[in-house]
Amino acid sequence: MATIELINISKKYKDETIIADLNLTIKDGSFTVLVGPSGCGKSTTLRMIAGLEQITGGEIRIDGKRVNETAPGHRDVAMVFQNYALYPTMTVRGNIEFGLKNRGIAKRERDTLVADIAEIVGLAPLLDRKPQQLSGGQRQRVALARAMVKKPKVFILDEPLSNLDAKLRNQMRTELIQLHKRLGTTFVYVTHDQVEAMSMGDEIVVMNKGLIQQADSPMNLYYDPANLFTAQFIGTPAMNVLDTRDVSGLMLQSESTVSHIGFRPERAQIEAGQQLDGFRISGEVMTRESLGAENIYQIKAASGVFFVKTFLEPLYEAPALSVVVPYEQLYCFGPDGKRLAGVKVQERQLAMAGGV
Amino acid sequence: MKATKSGLLVETGDAALTRGMEGSRGNRISLIRAGRAALRVLNWLCMLLLVLVFALPFGWMISTSLKTMPETMIFPPEWIPKQPVWQNYADAWNTGPFLRYFMNSVIIAIGILICQALTIIPAAYAFARYQFIGSKLLFSVVMVTLMIPAQLIFLPVYLELSALKLLNTHLGLILPFASSAFGIFLLRQGFMQVPEELIEAARLDQAKEWKIIAKLMVPMVKPVLITFALFSFIAHWNDYFWPLVMTTNETARTLPLGIAKIREVEGVATWNTLMAGNLILVAPILVVFFFSQRHIIRAFVYSGVK
Ligand SMILES: Nc1ncnc2c1ncn2[C@@H]1O[C@H](COP(=O)(O)OP(=O)(O)OP(=O)(O)O)[C@@H](O)[C@H]1O
Ligand SMILES: [Mg+2]
Repeated sequence: MATIELINISKKYKDETIIADLNLTIKDGSFTVLVGPSGCGKSTTLRMIAGLEQITGGEIRIDGKRVNETAPGHRDVAMVFQNYALYPTMTVRGNIEFGLKNRGIAKRERDTLVADIAEIVGLAPLLDRKPQQLSGGQRQRVALARAMVKKPKVFILDEPLSNLDAKLRNQMRTELIQLHKRLGTTFVYVTHDQVEAMSMGDEIVVMNKGLIQQADSPMNLYYDPANLFTAQFIGTPAMNVLDTRDVSGLMLQSESTVSHIGFRPERAQIEAGQQLDGFRISGEVMTRESLGAENIYQIKAASGVFFVKTFLEPLYEAPALSVVVPYEQLYCFGPDGKRLAGVKVQERQLAMAGGV
Repeated sequence: MKATKSGLLVETGDAALTRGMEGSRGNRISLIRAGRAALRVLNWLCMLLLVLVFALPFGWMISTSLKTMPETMIFPPEWIPKQPVWQNYADAWNTGPFLRYFMNSVIIAIGILICQALTIIPAAYAFARYQFIGSKLLFSVVMVTLMIPAQLIFLPVYLELSALKLLNTHLGLILPFASSAFGIFLLRQGFMQVPEELIEAARLDQAKEWKIIAKLMVPMVKPVLITFALFSFIAHWNDYFWPLVMTTNETARTLPLGIAKIREVEGVATWNTLMAGNLILVAPILVVFFFSQRHIIRAFVYSGVK
């Protein structure tokens, strides 16, 4: 168990700056997930924590101790790689106990440790097989067992589920959550799948272009995004964002300029007969997707294209629809993309008299 | 195998698409089939020819080694001697200090192998996995030595060994081959195929560098390593030129030199004894090859392990 602190971390490859100035504290015992688009520096950050990548500047502390100069094997960090990186010439047992051997642990103790772990991850009958003779899910378990057997302070997992099919991925997801509960070790997990991030993490770090956009709990990320990037990264379909210059019928009272307003597709209500109170926007329906319990509409309005998601409602067939977003469900963003708090949103008086 | 499989696929696909054109389609397929059969026969014939080219001289060698002197001169030659003369082998063995030759050959060929393993493996690992100042240049230098024939440098080497008082010693015959550019090249290619992640995983497992080499890298390139070892062993076991040049007496002379001398002993060409001697020379190689052929075949189809 350990807290990980990244202080003013920077990373350059030759002249290219991948990470400029990253500050992050990963709480002891947390399941922290790094998410972000491809190439944003998630793996690089992870590998710097593990010591596989030299940092250009800053300081990394694990459990309060500076580990900049500590070799990967001595940081008490275990890693699960995307392709598992199992030693192909060794048996499952050999893979699991390699790290123990290198630490000079006696044979008898090794045997009990390996047997225990194999029991936990359900590999006991496969200990004498080679990795090539295992299925994807079994390989994944070997990789986990190999990491777990060392009883590390920190577990690092780089997209460990991306090679599995959907069903197995769900299963392993649950298993990993349970594993984290049982071990209580700090987990740092990388994924670019936001569903995975939201369902597994108790702390999510959203990254873009080497910068942390927001580090928060899943609920806060969803309800309280700090900026346009997070707002649009979390949630499917993404948050709808409209340029305020294209929007009419709204009065925005704010100290600073509001350049964009946003709302979540699932917060918009389709107006079918009844009069609803809120920001009204209407347009032509471009596509309808019905997934049974939920329906997704893509609507083209004068102010832009947006999505609406409804739950357990009939599929509206009308060629044009009018939707209403409650005022408290509107998010306002400044020109720099930052979320603006305390903006008063009202209906414009004009709208009362005329129309939208 | 592959060809027939895809052939089947094509057939079923065609069947579903063009139901109405049974006649012409049937013709076409039988034509394709006939063509394939012909190709297979041709392939088989070529292989047979190859086997003959390589096996005939070998069979001839065995046959001659069991003949009497007059039998070797008969025309037309006979393949099977009437009464196999095993004495030829004893005669060959007794034309010189053959036990010594044999031991010298073993010591030198195996000594070279050990030295090469000790130099090539770390060098190949370094060239494959580390970028250090001058690493490219150094590797080019190593590669250039591949292109220098032994005949070009034997004189300076001879003088050097002579200055070091290493002529007529095992060490003198081992040292010039203590490393091999070809081996470094081959192994480096093998090491480069090992995914970087495996090494990183090993580092996280607290493995020291030598342990990564010994427990991870070497087992992964085992087929390549065995193939190279075999090539090296055969080359030095059969080597005639270097031992000839670097020895002036019997102390370090090897089997090929001993066998070359069989001819001189009798004055006339005693083909039967000579062939018996040759068989003594190649027998160990056959044994080694027999035990390692599985790995050699693997080495040539080696395409990285996932
Ligand atoms: N060895 C390297 N040399 C130069 N640039 C590199 C190197 N490794 C990574 N990069 C660059 O650093 C950036 C971040 O890479 P990184 O692997 O951390 O991305 P990522 O967030 O893990 O993406 P993904 O989701 O695709 O795995 C990328 O732009 C990549 O091109
Ligand atoms: Mg990555």
